[in-house]
Formats: sequence, C-alpha cells, structure tokens
Amino acid sequence: METIVAVLAGLLVAGGAYLMLSGNLVRYILGLTILSNAANLVIFAAGRMAKAAPALTAYGADAPAAGVANPVPQALILTAIVIGFGLFCFALTLAYRAFYAMGTARMDAMRIAEPREDRG
Amino acid sequence: MILVWPFLIPLISAALMVLLRSRENVQRWGSVAAAVALLIASLALLVRVLSEGPVAVQVGGWPAPFGITLVADLLSAAMVFITGIVAVAVAIYGLEEIDRRESWHGHHALVQALLAGVCGAFLTGDIFNLYVWFEIMLIASFGLLVVNGTRKSADGAVKYVGLNLIATFAFLSGVGLLYGVTGTLNMADLSQRLEGRQEEVAVLVSAMLLMFAFGAKAAMFPVFNWLPASYHTPSVTTSALFSALLTKVGVYALIRTFTLIYDLDVPLVRGTLLWGSVATMVVGVLGAAAQNHFRRILGFHIISQIGYMVLGLALATPAALLGAIFYLFHHIIVKANLFLIAGAARKLTGSEDLPKIGGLYAATPLLAVLFLIPALSLAGIPPLSGFWAKFLIVSASLDMQSWFIAFVALAVGLLTLYSMSKIWLEVFWKPHPDGDQAIEGTLPVAMLVPIVGLGIMTVTIGLAAGLFVDAAMVAAEQILSPHAYIDAVLGARQ
Repeated sequence: METIVAVLAGLLVAGGAYLMLSGNLVRYILGLTILSNAANLVIFAAGRMAKAAPALTAYGADAPAAGVANPVPQALILTAIVIGFGLFCFALTLAYRAFYAMGTARMDAMRIAEPREDRG
Repeated sequence: MILVWPFLIPLISAALMVLLRSRENVQRWGSVAAAVALLIASLALLVRVLSEGPVAVQVGGWPAPFGITLVADLLSAAMVFITGIVAVAVAIYGLEEIDRRESWHGHHALVQALLAGVCGAFLTGDIFNLYVWFEIMLIASFGLLVVNGTRKSADGAVKYVGLNLIATFAFLSGVGLLYGVTGTLNMADLSQRLEGRQEEVAVLVSAMLLMFAFGAKAAMFPVFNWLPASYHTPSVTTSALFSALLTKVGVYALIRTFTLIYDLDVPLVRGTLLWGSVATMVVGVLGAAAQNHFRRILGFHIISQIGYMVLGLALATPAALLGAIFYLFHHIIVKANLFLIAGAARKLTGSEDLPKIGGLYAATPLLAVLFLIPALSLAGIPPLSGFWAKFLIVSASLDMQSWFIAFVALAVGLLTLYSMSKIWLEVFWKPHPDGDQAIEGTLPVAMLVPIVGLGIMTVTIGLAAGLFVDAAMVAAEQILSPHAYIDAVLGARQ
C-alpha cells in the first residue's frame, strides 16, 4: 500500500512540476496545489499505513485499545491541508490582482518590480 | 508563562488591531506599545536563560515527546530579544511612514502576526510546530508585501509567494519523512533517536529537503531569487522588518536542525552547506554590484551576508559557530538600519534610484554619518561590529586551513565596501541632479530615533565586542553539546 501511495506522490510531483514550468501564473498555482497534495501523501505514506480501527479512546480509558491507526500523521495532514488551503486562496487572489495590475498572466512578462535595464 | 509571552503578546495585539482597524492613531501607538511589551517580555526571558540555562515548558501539560514543547536556550532567547529590538525600531519608524491607507489595509495587525510567527519559530522545540510558525510568519509577510497596493508590490509578491511556497512543501515532506523514520517530532527526542542512523537514506533525504527549505527561506544560492524580486517593493518599514528577521529565521532553523537533529560530519550534508554558502556570498555581492537602486543593492547584500552565517555553521568548529551567531546579531541590527536609512534618503530626495538622487551630505551631514556607521560595519571596517563578525569567521576558516574559503570571505568583504562606497558617492557625495533645492524638508524625529538607536548599538557591539563574543560563545557551547537543551525538554517529563 505504501508503495502505491509513494508512486502516486511521485506522479503528483511530476505533474505539479510540469504545470509550474509552463510559464503561466494560474498553471503555476495549480501546480503548487498539486505539489502540496503530494507532500500530504508523503506524510501519509511515511506514517505507516494499515487496516486498523480509528484511534478513538473509550470513555474513561487512558489509551485506545490495541490495533488502532496512528493518529499523528492524520493530524499533521489535516493541519497541512488547512494551511495549504489558506495559502492557495491567497495565491489565487494575488494572481487575480497581479493579472489586473499587469494585464498578463505570463510570468516572463511580469517585470514591473525588476525592469530590464536598457544596455546601450 | 515566560516562554509564552513573546508570541502571545503579538498575537493578542494582532487580534486587537484587526478589531480597531478604523482607529488609525490607536493602531499606530498600539504598535509601538505592543513592540515595547514584546521587548520587555523577551528581556525577561533572556535574563532567565542567562542565569539558569535552557528552560522548557510542555504546552497543555502533555509530557515530551508527545506534546508540543517550548524551549529556549541562549540562542533562542537572544534571537527573541533582538526581534523585540527590531520590532520597537520598526514600530517607531512606522509612526511616520505608514499612511492611513496601509494602516486600514491591516499593516499593523500583520506586523504583529509576523512577530508572533518569528518568536514562535525561535521558541518551539517541535519540528512540526516549527512548520506551523513558519506558515504564520509567511502568510503575514504575504499580506505585508501587498498592503500598499501598488502594481510593483503585486509583481514582487507573485515571485515571493510562488518561490516560498515550494520551500514550504519541501519542509513539509522532509518533516513527514523524518517522522516516518523516527516516530517523533520533538527535536530533542529526534536528536537522540537519530544517533548512529545519520547515514540512512531516508534520514539523508529528509536532511536535504529541510536544507532546501531552510536554505530557500534564508535566501541561499541557488534559491534566493524571491528576495531581490520583492524586498524593494513594500514600504520601507516592511522591508526593514523583513530584511532583519525573515532570512534570519531560516538561518536559525538551519543552525538548530543541523546541529541538534542532523550530524554535520556527514560529507554530503557538510559539503552542500559549505559550497552553497560560499556561492551565496559571491553571487550576492556580485548581484549587488550590478544594481542601481538603493534597496535592491541592500537586498542583494542580505544574500551575500547570509553566506557568511551559513559558512560559520558549515565549518562546524566551535569558533566558526560562535562567529555565525555573532554575525547573526550584528547583521540584524545593521541591515535593518540600512533599510531605514534608505527610506530616510527617499523621504528627502524623492527616489531610490541612485542616478536620480544625490546631495544628501551637503543637506544633512548627520544622516551621512548615520549611514556610514552601518555601511562600514557591513563591509567589516574596524572597530565596528561587522569587523569582529567577519574576523571571527575568517579566522575560524584559517584555523581549518581552508585558505580558499578565507580568501573568498575577505574578497566578498572588499566588494561589499565597493557597493557601500557606490551608495555613498551617488546618494550623499555627488550633487543632486536637479540642484540643491530638490532636497526638501528635514528628517522627522520618528525616522531619526530608530536610525540613531540602531547606530549606537552597532558602535556598542563593536567597542564592547568581548562581552558579546563571550555571550555568543556560551550560546555556541549550548548548541554544540546540547545536553542541557535535551535535559530541559525531556527531563521535564518527571
């Protein structure tokens, strides 16, 4: 199971990198999102995967019964998804704003902050 | 509680400032008050750590290594303290520079959120929690970059956001792999569990991912391009804050992880850091030489100076690490000061493009002197703080008979002097191209106070260098033999 998820993470990274290299800002951001999902899968696969019960503790008990899934990777991924979602929203808004300001989504053409100097 | 205040104060202030958004004056002065409160809290922490050694607290009462631990050794405490100093300087400067619009768009709240993220990153003892603090810092910095609403800053922010997010995901994957190998996220616990396992493939991969992530945050070669693209676009207050703190959090994270968690004796790790840092020094200083914009020159110099600090870490002797820590503190103060001076020069002359301005020496000799202090310190002229910082690094590399590296470090210092003299000649010495009447007004007190204050600190560090070197030595010793740190974290179990 880990192998499949690991290969899947690799495919996502490849796809994300492909989109990010296309030179279009919107595709770049979509690529970043795919990359963030790949990172989440890496955590998931690294945290061992097994068919196991949810990590629920019976009322009054100190620890869950044996044979439960490890809740830590799930907690990490949840945190990362929430943060990634916020970053994605910001990045999309920024892309819209940048498109509005510069009239282009081609990243090579975005040179207001770093203008090419005319060398004569 | 002493470990919690440094990020609780800014977090509460940030929330208050969002609520008080329409009251501009409350926000401006509240910003200063919050920064002073942070400085006091961080001073209390520093005094405590100086007298008692590393202190730790288990958040929520969950024992280490299961819960999140906050821990401060001397390096953390001193970094938090210097964050407080920069916060106060920048808040005072902002009284003058931040206009109503930027304040309405949330500048003050975002500054406080950024400070919370920075202090949290310095104080956490848990690597996933470090990721979370990095994100708080990052999202606040995204906001700060765009609050002035210019086209230029939107362009800079695209590069800044796009490149920093890649580093973020590398960080996350590295943490995931590290957890998979060890089953723990507590840095002190990681340090113990990885003993003898440093050469395992998964450990090395996670080390390289984290090195990439922190290197990108610190603006190391070859992943520095977000910095010169964005640091000159926001308000001067914001760039001074960024230049002082953001890259340094990256350097701090490198120092922390590559001494506590990973072993620098592994050739791959050490070699990458070492040659990466040498390339960073050279590329940064050459990039600066090609620029003609005040803040862009300074931006490239951040990169080159980061190279010195990482070099100190990569040389991995106690003397070199001591130099890196000393460099870190000297650099934060000097660099923030130079950015503030760039803003003051713009206020008087109306531009930051070197060919378009000039004549400031004749108009305000005081500002010229105030510029020379940090500029010469950055280049490493005795007896200013930068001389000692460079001296410690170069002598550490000479001790190791790394002649080439010592030569590069000295040559980069010389080129730094070249850039600084370019600024001096263009901004201060040559007459203003539009004549003397182009320089209008005098410097507002709110701009002068932080510049003078930081200048005095630079001179003080230079003249009383022994005192600061001794403190840095204690910090370096705590880092190189982290028993006290680990005991503070894990021993708190009982």
